[in-house]
Amino acid sequence: MRNQLSGASASPLVRDFPSSTRREGRAARVATPLVTLFLSLLFLVLPALSARAAMSIQEVTSSKGITAWLVEDYSVPLVAIRFVFDGGTTQDPAGKEGLANLMSGLFDEGAGNLDSEAFQIKLDDVGAEMSFEASRDGTYGSMRMLAEQRDSAFDLLRLAVTEPRFDQAPIDRIRAQVLSGIIANELDPDTVAQRKWLEALYGTHPYARPDQGTRQSIATITAGDLIAFHKANFARDGLHVAVVGAIDAETLKKKLDMVFGGLPEHQALAPVADVDPKLNQQIEVNYDQPQTSLQLAYPGVKRSAPDFFAAVLMNEILGGSAFTSRLFNEVREKRGLAYSASSDLVDYQHANALAIATATRADRAAETLAVVREVVRRMAQEGPTEAELAATKKYLIGAYAINNLNSSGAIAATLLELQLDKLGIDYMQRRAALINAVTLDQVKAAAKKLLSAEPAIMIVGPKVGEAEKE
Amino acid sequence: MTPQAEWLRGTLLALALVMTGPVLADNKPDDGKVTNFLLDNGMEVVVIPDHRAPIVTHMVWYKIGSADEPPGKSGIAHFFEHLMFKATTNHAAGAFDRAVSAIGGSNNAFTSYDYTAFYETVVPQALEQMMDFEADRMRNLILNDNVIATERDVILEERRSRIDSNPQAVLGEEVDATLWQNQPYRIPVIGWMQEMEKLNRADAKAFYDKYYTPNNAVLVVAGDVDPEVVKALAEKTYGKIARGPDLPPRVRPVEPEQNTRRTVTLTDARVSVPNFSTQWVVPSYHTAKPGEAEALDLLAEILGGGSRSRLYQQLVVKQGIAAEAGAFFQGTMLDATNFTVYGAPRGDAKLADVQAAVEAEVARIAKDGVTSGELEKAKDRFVRSMIFARDKQDSMANIYGATLATGGSVRDVEEWPGRIRKVTADEVRDVAARYLNLNHSTSGYLLPQTQAGN
Repeated sequence: MRNQLSGASASPLVRDFPSSTRREGRAARVATPLVTLFLSLLFLVLPALSARAAMSIQEVTSSKGITAWLVEDYSVPLVAIRFVFDGGTTQDPAGKEGLANLMSGLFDEGAGNLDSEAFQIKLDDVGAEMSFEASRDGTYGSMRMLAEQRDSAFDLLRLAVTEPRFDQAPIDRIRAQVLSGIIANELDPDTVAQRKWLEALYGTHPYARPDQGTRQSIATITAGDLIAFHKANFARDGLHVAVVGAIDAETLKKKLDMVFGGLPEHQALAPVADVDPKLNQQIEVNYDQPQTSLQLAYPGVKRSAPDFFAAVLMNEILGGSAFTSRLFNEVREKRGLAYSASSDLVDYQHANALAIATATRADRAAETLAVVREVVRRMAQEGPTEAELAATKKYLIGAYAINNLNSSGAIAATLLELQLDKLGIDYMQRRAALINAVTLDQVKAAAKKLLSAEPAIMIVGPKVGEAEKE
Repeated sequence: MTPQAEWLRGTLLALALVMTGPVLADNKPDDGKVTNFLLDNGMEVVVIPDHRAPIVTHMVWYKIGSADEPPGKSGIAHFFEHLMFKATTNHAAGAFDRAVSAIGGSNNAFTSYDYTAFYETVVPQALEQMMDFEADRMRNLILNDNVIATERDVILEERRSRIDSNPQAVLGEEVDATLWQNQPYRIPVIGWMQEMEKLNRADAKAFYDKYYTPNNAVLVVAGDVDPEVVKALAEKTYGKIARGPDLPPRVRPVEPEQNTRRTVTLTDARVSVPNFSTQWVVPSYHTAKPGEAEALDLLAEILGGGSRSRLYQQLVVKQGIAAEAGAFFQGTMLDATNFTVYGAPRGDAKLADVQAAVEAEVARIAKDGVTSGELEKAKDRFVRSMIFARDKQDSMANIYGATLATGGSVRDVEEWPGRIRKVTADEVRDVAARYLNLNHSTSGYLLPQTQAGN
């Protein structure tokens, strides 16, 4: 949901920022799309409910060996496909930062024998919505189509994925738009600070680089760079696919071969090192602005770690998305120090962290930081209570369906993440038991492990001394 | 598709929870038939069955927004939304949140010019419990000075965070205050800082007693529920609350005739790419003559609704002078509303060039109208969006709730696609010619400090 800070008309103010990025595991990368599906799969995770009709996840493998997870459903005349190629912005060559992002803007700008104009008119005629997005660890694509226009839509998707033209005019136009965005944010304190924050945490690792590149780097990108990048990244062995909607397995197999079968078999990715964010440092960025924002980074947990759910439960109690978290209560409810105070588990393929963020008036920044650190200290030393843990287990179990499976796009995104995390096609049946099995001692241990470290802290706002003089 | 170029539209549109046109209900024979009825105490109820998932969205919409606030008390509607999460005579502070959280549900609330809404998304078995809590806080809130002082600090931080830290938002507030000379939409929903600082317990109490009554509320329940069951539960919970005093009709000051071209300019050190918007006062779905608001919706789509629109094609693609350009219309409002065009330059182009090109397109559409091809494609997109835009069930609930809270009916929502289909090319040209007069418009300019002299 858009939650831009704006005074524009007719914009309802919400009680708190929606927490779309606070899903367990990887941060949600999906702009949650439309269309509710029938989700009887819920009975799997909410055993109290009687089963309506089972929704099953099928694993479909095409004759060319392309695998997709499919939820077949005809209650809405739609098909949603979502896929990802491993790689993403970490594959941008040094000096060509922004390449993956620029490429993601060019798939509907001409493919095969259709130039940009012809492609977009055809897409509009077919009534399908197509989007691509480069994230740190992968390039995502998705398409929503009307079932009756399925064949034409998949044809366009095949063209976009396998035969993008990368014509010079659209390259220059999209590059100019990206450049405009970069320049527009150059003097924005939050953007500047965020860049410093990533550089402080990740040093020279690709995670420190801005996804959309810099003025200098995007200026150097050529059609040849895009063609080479596409060839190296868009290959079948790095592809993961999820499909939801009005299509059966046999038809999907043919479509998978048709859309993706023409791609090379193997990716040619540059290796990316694992990196531990650099903690135990303090960064101050001074700006004369009405609020001081505070960010803290602690160690995180890998998705594959045995104590993953212990850490998820702990984070939820500390500063999760429900209005019951300790940070929300101590910082906002009891003291009125901030509008928003939260913690998140950051889960990238090569780095993990627990990140806390809040913002307060400048003259109360020191007090707010002290409250945050005290909440963290207490959690590290004592862990949560038995009651907090029991309530949070119930929350996490029930919230999965409501947050992750409430639309065809959300289901497809969830199925894709399950594949990336190698959690298995039966994960949803097992998930509640995995959560329930976590003990209080395990959560206390996770709290101690993650929160005992001296964090990286960034403070963005007026100079402390000046603010206090006012 | 531009990956990073949506920043301007994003900041102009902000939280677009309920701004798009209404959407058709589900047409399945056994599903989606929307029912609505009144409880004896005057509370309106809308039920939108959707049995595809065992999830239910429960919303209470109060027909009270910032545009209904007493003079000098700006921000009280939104402040009160926050206070609704405090203790009641039956439940401690946080008990409702904990109950929602304990079943994995989600809850929140929002405030706009014309309404304030509270919602929970939960499993259907919890619906009665949600109604119990929601009915309880409609009348039994405990408002003491301590609660007021702390929560007032929260909304002041919210204002600093949303508005004061963001030059686009600071400009937006003052553009609104200039576009609207008389109508209360001139006052920001969050309130003016100096008035927010003085909001007190007496203000909150008066506001609560006047507006938080069943006869000023609409209950919207969307999801895996049976309308008869919803009715029984609503009678058992909300039905027990006594009807409040009758409220006078929501007749607010309206705009005088505009005879000027107005401009508002903010130069700010944090800005490096300038942008502009131009707005006009136009009728909303509630105030428009039949068909006019639908024509305005289609006009906004054809002129500047997306990458096939005239503004995008002309300025971004063909002339290559704009990073962004577009238009939007906010039809779901109780009183007259705004129609907006906007743009930002790219490369060596100047803001003045972009504005001139936008205005040329506005003048052209007002003079020559739209082609039948453009009109049909725009209608197709709207109709298609009804299949796509059945979103999650809470967006259906939002559409009905916002429509009913701004003077519309369930029937208005259901008949919207048919009315869109009936709009002619002449009608689109006519609304453009009638309302988009540049001599009677309001423009906002966000400029870098280095361009202050331009």
